[in-house]
Amino acid sequence: MTELVDSTNSSESYTMTESAVPNISAGDGPLKMTTRNVDVFYGDKQAINGVSIDVTMDNVTAFIGPSGCGKSTFLRCLNRMNDTIPIAKVTGEITLEGEDIYAAKMDVVQLRARVGMVFQKPNPFPKSIYDNIAYGPRIHGLATSKDELDNIVETSLQRAGLWREVQDRLQDSGTALSGGQQQRLCIARAIAVDPEVILMDEPCSALDPIATAKIEELIHELRGKYAIVIVTHNMQQAARVSQRTAFFHLGTLVEYGVTSDIFTNPTQEKTRDYITGRYG
Amino acid sequence: MNSAVAFAEERNPTDWQSDAMQKRIRKRYASERRFKALGLGAIVLSAGFLAFLLIVMVGNGLRGFTQTELPVEIDFPAMTGGASPSQFVGANGSANLRSLGVQDIVSTSVQIQYGEQGTELFSAGSWQTVQAAILDNPGIVESRTTLYLPVGSEIDVAYKGDGNASAEKTVEELKDQLSTGFNSNFLFNSDATDPMQVGIWGALKGSLITMFITLIIAFPIGVFSALYLEEYAPKNRFTDLIEVSINNLAAVPSIIFGLLGLAVFLNLFGLPRSAALVGGLTLALMTMPVIVISGRNAIKAVPPSIREAALGIGASQMQVVFHHVLPLALPGILTGTIIGMARALGETAPLLMIGMRAFIATPPGGIVEPATVLPVQIFLWSDEVNRGFVEKTSAAIIVLLLFLLTMNALAIYLRNRFETRW
Repeated sequence: MTELVDSTNSSESYTMTESAVPNISAGDGPLKMTTRNVDVFYGDKQAINGVSIDVTMDNVTAFIGPSGCGKSTFLRCLNRMNDTIPIAKVTGEITLEGEDIYAAKMDVVQLRARVGMVFQKPNPFPKSIYDNIAYGPRIHGLATSKDELDNIVETSLQRAGLWREVQDRLQDSGTALSGGQQQRLCIARAIAVDPEVILMDEPCSALDPIATAKIEELIHELRGKYAIVIVTHNMQQAARVSQRTAFFHLGTLVEYGVTSDIFTNPTQEKTRDYITGRYG
Repeated sequence: MNSAVAFAEERNPTDWQSDAMQKRIRKRYASERRFKALGLGAIVLSAGFLAFLLIVMVGNGLRGFTQTELPVEIDFPAMTGGASPSQFVGANGSANLRSLGVQDIVSTSVQIQYGEQGTELFSAGSWQTVQAAILDNPGIVESRTTLYLPVGSEIDVAYKGDGNASAEKTVEELKDQLSTGFNSNFLFNSDATDPMQVGIWGALKGSLITMFITLIIAFPIGVFSALYLEEYAPKNRFTDLIEVSINNLAAVPSIIFGLLGLAVFLNLFGLPRSAALVGGLTLALMTMPVIVISGRNAIKAVPPSIREAALGIGASQMQVVFHHVLPLALPGILTGTIIGMARALGETAPLLMIGMRAFIATPPGGIVEPATVLPVQIFLWSDEVNRGFVEKTSAAIIVLLLFLLTMNALAIYLRNRFETRW
């Protein structure tokens, strides 16, 4: 386990080592995003080690793994949120619909509109519920009239399953909602700019079980409309919401495949140890 | 494992009732009481100093807002040769009044009433009170009218109980006629050589203009510097150096900024001396680092999750800054700005260097006209020999403190009004 962290100078060797090459294909469905040999460095420290993975439109993809395994770091590469960390450096190839998202001509602002993100802690803007949702469409000019904007707000809230709870108080502050409602508001906010992919970084870790169940239900409903990638440290959650699961360990992708296979019949010993609770 | 077992065997239950334990508890209570008493003592001491300052200032200063007056009966119809009230109304009113020779009328009336030496009782500018009274109400020129005119500064001081022997004697003689009135001159006049005629308005206006210049220069530069340093600038040795420099700049003694203003604005750029513009620029240099530091702190306090949220739905860096970070940081920035401005308002030393200590008898009409400011005016008056200036100095201090108090109240109001909780 430790040799992976130590030998930071040769990322090639991992992908070449026979036992460390996981199946990267997601199987059926049209490809949405692909990554090839992605390395992430924080200064001198290598956080991600030659990860190659495919994300499809029709499946919810879950990233699981013990704390510090790099699953969140990798997720943040998919919409270039790591750009905000000055010492982070990403190499390798990540594509969205065949376009290299780290290419010089890629507009990162547009990319983030196409690949939306929901964060660990609900982070609504300290503005009204309406303005929270309407902010994205406004800055991207997605609505030409007030009616159109109202429509986007309503549709987004409905898709996030929040409309019935907040339709009478759209002008209340978004921060006045409960934790679970705030997180669904954040999902609605991401949906409002009509993304192709939604990245969720442990979206339920700050929520109680009932709110978590609602979010999971929501993920089920959103499946197919958006490509969804979810990072979770809760294996049951991964089993419940996802169709594809990737297991990360110490910055490498250990195994990737159909969720039921990963949980019932993992091919790698490390995966088996983790899902049976030996470590993590 | 073994050591844990051994420990369990050796362990005796703690005796919370033992003498040593009780003593420790008493000691703890005593030290808490001591600490509380010390803290309370410190508060009482500082409150005492503050109360002393305010009582002395208000006690002395309030007398500056009053003046001692003597009644003078003026026979307007006889003296003016039958001037009609309509002459002193409208556009030509003050010109006609000037040609009337009010000064002579007043001194004649005074001599009739108080004898040959009568004029010495009165303030040299007391005729201006008569002039103002006529402009205010032209009808008085039709009849014999009694007006209350300000007495000379020595008698004024003596009447208020602090004068020299001869003035005391005069006061004793005129006791029945002397009275105290509100000194409106003090609020509407500018500097003068006669303490009965001085006013704070020129300095107050100078302060307002100077503060305005300071604000419009220092606020945008300070806020944009803070935003750039926090949100855009890479974190490296160079920006570290800039940060240290800004912190040092905030601690530089103000007189150094005065020298800088003298060397750069007056000598290099050739801007006029004593002008509010130069004063404002100099104080802006001094205030800017304070705004940058408080601005950076306020910007740092905006939670990163808000930035991520905005970035995550595709806001550009500038949209993040102007739609989210700046509005949330604004209360903190405003508080810091007003504290910096309050410091600039009380600043004297740098303004002395750029010539704002001149005797300015008219309120400044613009940013390049000679002006003075409140603290410099206080400094100048406190230097005067004439005893009449003592209470004027205190009164000016009251005005300055009220100004400061208003600014600080505004800072607190703005902070509470715009503070967002998340």
